[in-house]
Amino acid sequence: MPKVIIKLENDISTDDIYPGRYMATVLPSETPQFAFADRTDFNSRLRAKEFGVGSIIVGGENFGCGSSREQACSTLKGYDVAVVAKSIARIFLQNSINLGLQVVLCPEIEATEGDELQITEDRVLNTTTGKAFNQVKLPAARKGIMDAGGLIPYTRKLLLARVQG
Amino acid sequence: MGMTVVEKILARAAGLQSVSAGDVVEPKVDLAMSHENAALVINQFVEVFQGTGLEPVIWDPARIAIIFDHRIPAESPKTATNQKKIREFVAANGITKFHDIRGDVGGICHQILPEYGYVRPGYVVVGTDSHTTTHGALGAFSFGIGATEMASVWSLGYAVNIEVPATIKVVVNGEFPPFVGPKDLILKLIGMLTAQGANYKVLEFHGETIRKMSTSGRIAICNMSVEAGATSGIVPGDEETVRYLRDESGVEEAIPCVVPDPDAAYVRTIEINVSNLEPQIACPHTVDNVKPVQEVAGRKVQQIVIGSCTNGRLDDLAAAADILRGKKVAEGTRMLVFPASGKIFAQALDKGYLHDFMKAGAVVMNSGCGPCLGVHEGALGDDETALSTTNRNFKGRMGNPKSQVFLCSPSVAAASAITGVITDPRNS
Ligand code: SF4
Repeated sequence: MPKVIIKLENDISTDDIYPGRYMATVLPSETPQFAFADRTDFNSRLRAKEFGVGSIIVGGENFGCGSSREQACSTLKGYDVAVVAKSIARIFLQNSINLGLQVVLCPEIEATEGDELQITEDRVLNTTTGKAFNQVKLPAARKGIMDAGGLIPYTRKLLLARVQG
Repeated sequence: MGMTVVEKILARAAGLQSVSAGDVVEPKVDLAMSHENAALVINQFVEVFQGTGLEPVIWDPARIAIIFDHRIPAESPKTATNQKKIREFVAANGITKFHDIRGDVGGICHQILPEYGYVRPGYVVVGTDSHTTTHGALGAFSFGIGATEMASVWSLGYAVNIEVPATIKVVVNGEFPPFVGPKDLILKLIGMLTAQGANYKVLEFHGETIRKMSTSGRIAICNMSVEAGATSGIVPGDEETVRYLRDESGVEEAIPCVVPDPDAAYVRTIEINVSNLEPQIACPHTVDNVKPVQEVAGRKVQQIVIGSCTNGRLDDLAAAADILRGKKVAEGTRMLVFPASGKIFAQALDKGYLHDFMKAGAVVMNSGCGPCLGVHEGALGDDETALSTTNRNFKGRMGNPKSQVFLCSPSVAAASAITGVITDPRNS
């Protein structure tokens, strides 16, 4: 069962997730080393691959606000973690869908570090506390992108359809 | 039911009679802007075409703008090499709206786009920068996207799956008191709305104060709309928009403006009167932690920054120079000035403002983002405090998570430079 590896406050900005001074590093394969670089403990635990695939970052309101830098998503995608937050800023949410980073909107979520969460179709179950929380569905309009596995394959499909059509 | 200005713009761009908030549309893009992060866009763009048997061809190179501003001149071999790759791509693909590191036509992306008339009322503008909201100042629907989404736009010429945002109407009336202006207004509004109060929505600005406001002031308020979470800020195009584009950007073609219908549907209306507005300041570490300057006056400041896409224009520099002329920056305080573009730099030089700054002890830097995002110059020491006319004060924003950043107008910054402590310009 996936565990909560960190519990964060409201208004976590992309400067926090991926500090501006690493923005010259752009390739998705190279960005993970700088995830939460200023939270040195958490960053070194991530880099040590201490956490399993599907491990969960729990955020508060307005997660991923601020800069549009996509590295904030690719850096987390690199560890195959999921984000469960009360609400998510627009550009970060869209970037996550585009890159295939798993994000879950869960306005009432209550969880602390170490709790085990089970993410189902429409709920998040905290199996440590026994409490369940409803999810807010991601925008239906984005389903096509998610089903295609991200915006790159989705765009590729549209391009090919245009040429063939 | 009538349409808001953004609904009208999106309906036109999507080839529809009408749209309303919540509809999903695929609008044609009129202008697509990137800065140094074009390096990532290029990477993703090439990947889109992989395995398709198609050549990676940009839908319309004339509609792409690339401006170097975030790290200029380059601070590292890595940045320099990214910039080199972008230059090669620009040349190979015939991208004409390219602004390299230059003292004449260079500058911050959000200043260059209006300055060169690249944005017009009614346009759909996307940019790989969250402050792309800025260009709503010219009556365009303009919003930030990620690099992969930009790669998709470069390939297709339209944005996929855009949800028509709901609109909050902001009506501003009254006359600004002395030393109070657009920056104080937008800080006040962000404080009222909170950092996510306008999430997924547009702020549409109206009222006497906005109508009389210069494009420079409108740029400042639309620029910071994103700090309340807004998808975009917008001032529907009017006489001032046309004046600016004609007189300052040299646009000669017709400039039709798009305005909202009188019976447009807004989710909320906010009315503000600025007649009694006091100078405002955003305290660490969130932009919505806004207070009247008076409440934090007296606090020691080690670094003053005047510039950025928010407040680095000629009127901003004039306001600061008027306060600093003949005075000195306090001992123990350093002041950095970075005009928003080469053109503004030259104008400020002609007007003598840069001389005023230098004589006062400030360091005048090249146009660009400079210390705003804390990547290559003007970083803060541990426990130091900066007072800045920029738009973000998140922890670590100015290069050091152990420092504090306060945000204010050029007048507050200049008055505080003289005293070395946060100072209300009305008392100086
Ligand atoms: S000046 Fe600051 S806010 Fe403006 S584009 Fe540059 S980094 Fe972004």
